[in-house]
Amino acid sequence: MDLRAQLSMSFHMDKCIGCHTCSVSCKNVWTSRRGAEYMWWNNVETKPGAGYPLTWEDQERYRGGWEVSGGSLRLKLLKGPGKIRTLANIFFQPNLPTIDDYYEPFTYDYQNLFNAPAGDDQPTARPRSLITGEFMEKIALGPNWDDDMGGSPLYASNDPNLKGLSESQKELLTKFHKLFFFYLPRICNHCLNPACVASCPSGAIYKRGEDGIVLIDQDTCRAWRFCVSACPYKKPYYNWANGKSEKCIFCYPRTETGQANACAHACTGRIRFVGVLFYDADRIEEVAKTPDERLVDAMRDIVLDPNDPRVIEEARKQGIDENWIVAAQNSPSYNLFKKWRIAMPNHPEFRTLPMNFYVPPLSPVLHNAKAENGGVFDSESVEFFNSIDKMRIPVRYLANMLSAGNEQVVIESLKKQMAVRLWVRQQRVGDIGDSAAKAALSAVGLTPEEAFEIYKLVSLATFQERFVIPETHRETMTTVDPRLMYEKRGTVGFGNKRQELVSRQW
Amino acid sequence: MDKVLFGVMPYILLMTAIVGAIWRFKSNKYTWSSQSSQFLENKTLFFGSFPWHYGIITLLLGHILGLFIPKSFVLWNAVPLRLYILELTALALGFLALFGLLALIYRRLTNSRVKAVTSGWDVLVLIILLIQVVTGIGNAILYRWGSNWYVATAVPWMWSILKLQPNVDFVANLPLITKTHIFNALLFIGLIPFSRLAHFVVINPYKYLVRPYQVVRWYRKGGPTVNIVSYK
Repeated sequence: MDLRAQLSMSFHMDKCIGCHTCSVSCKNVWTSRRGAEYMWWNNVETKPGAGYPLTWEDQERYRGGWEVSGGSLRLKLLKGPGKIRTLANIFFQPNLPTIDDYYEPFTYDYQNLFNAPAGDDQPTARPRSLITGEFMEKIALGPNWDDDMGGSPLYASNDPNLKGLSESQKELLTKFHKLFFFYLPRICNHCLNPACVASCPSGAIYKRGEDGIVLIDQDTCRAWRFCVSACPYKKPYYNWANGKSEKCIFCYPRTETGQANACAHACTGRIRFVGVLFYDADRIEEVAKTPDERLVDAMRDIVLDPNDPRVIEEARKQGIDENWIVAAQNSPSYNLFKKWRIAMPNHPEFRTLPMNFYVPPLSPVLHNAKAENGGVFDSESVEFFNSIDKMRIPVRYLANMLSAGNEQVVIESLKKQMAVRLWVRQQRVGDIGDSAAKAALSAVGLTPEEAFEIYKLVSLATFQERFVIPETHRETMTTVDPRLMYEKRGTVGFGNKRQELVSRQW
Repeated sequence: MDKVLFGVMPYILLMTAIVGAIWRFKSNKYTWSSQSSQFLENKTLFFGSFPWHYGIITLLLGHILGLFIPKSFVLWNAVPLRLYILELTALALGFLALFGLLALIYRRLTNSRVKAVTSGWDVLVLIILLIQVVTGIGNAILYRWGSNWYVATAVPWMWSILKLQPNVDFVANLPLITKTHIFNALLFIGLIPFSRLAHFVVINPYKYLVRPYQVVRWYRKGGPTVNIVSYK
């Protein structure tokens, strides 16, 4: 066993209101620079929707992620055996998205509002490209262009997750009384089997052993851009101005000191949870090769139980600090993903073993059941248990998005959430009936204690319960050789050149 | 004049390249690459970059082979048919590279997005490369069977330079267009560390073929290290 720690974020999609506060706080902290204007390390997509960049989930087009071929795991990008194909395409990448798949970053000519000469018409602020500085005829695309299903026949109808849905189910895009959408907040998944790392010819991208955060070494990056093509989630972005790739850094300067990520901290809906997972790195390849229908279960298997004495012993052997072990035992990500089995990864079929998990949205079940029954929802019945197949967001759609097509995984999560709702309603309102609520719980294999824990975490949890982020003990792993500390006083962080100048003595 | 151009300048430009490369790599490793603009424009680039790189790299390898195994070239060319094949292939590759280069120049001059990320160095590089390819094709057409006389003139001259006994007599009587080709090649070498040509000596990608897919860096393993950047 090769036990390692991984920081992981989970999202409760039912609670996401699509306010984009996360995206804005991320942008303010990290990407408000030239060349990075179009980068949204954190973005929120309306689902069904085309996403950002457009149709990123369509791997027939972008060829991101991995595929199993002849029993071995290989990058989809390579199309043939061996890595030589990567180098053959080094001068021109056929699968690289261009800025037109994102949007041309723009500002407005605000000065014209002040400086325009007097005239008959109100002065306007015309859009101006942030790349060329020229005026733009019109803005053709932007972040969240199809927000809240705007233009969905044009954009959302290309959503790859709609495959396998019946025509009447697809009416959720167009028929007003069937209309429904929800939000998918996305950051880099900090995968266990990252395709960006595997595709980088320079070896500039790496996964940090201590916390699993995937980073790009900007000094080593040589702008080959294979990470952009290979990542199925399109989360590495190419900085067109300085010629380097950049990506979500999981706010490591914050998490190292135990603070929540900028996006998670800002989340108004409190939908985000951050915690530590322990996993067995020896099994990554085996799990990544698992057939689609068992993929989510295999991913739950690779995550280890932090309360198991053998796992704790192994963690200590690997030099993992005590506060990390305690954090892993209180990890909301572990509870949601593995213990309660209500969260699942986004597109596990890309086989990168993504480490962010999503609790699928439940609300539309109730709503649609009401519409289908043509009357007032009867809170005393457990009817909607059986109407999960009639919900507005079809289970098929959620399964395409969250469980590699395995509907059972999604249904299990939805039923559990429903049972918890019934049980809590019985506790607080008391109109369900104790036996009915208990029966609902036992039908999905939950105890009242577990149901209360789930309810507490997803509804009442405090900041400290949602973000269990252990501090990294930087004081014991200084980046400066302790023997040189005296010589380097006052110069640390300024690089070699500066140190030489300052430490020169006569 | 020849003595200066082909006896002294080679050393100056070679030294510029070597010292410049070390200086840039030490002081500004961050910029050691060629900034890609495929993200901003990829339609014309396809017709530029592919033909250009595959054409010019094959031709360059041919020149280097001639430097190291001149005798095999002469032997190969002893049969006229083989000479024709070699020359025609080289000429075709030259036109391929020229086509690609013209597409790249057209792209850089006309596309406003690409223009926004174009520096003066980029323009200079394109001019140097255009001169090089045009004079190369000119050599091949005007002064036929270059693969034969190349090994008798430029190759011994290059060896004389490398052996630090410069002998400009080998190239002194060559036509102007050939001399331009040679001197321009020297300028090209001198420019490498200062322009986007730096990517020409990027040696990283070969490692990709032998390394495992995944890269993991630990910041607390591997003993005392002075700077976190040097953890590999």
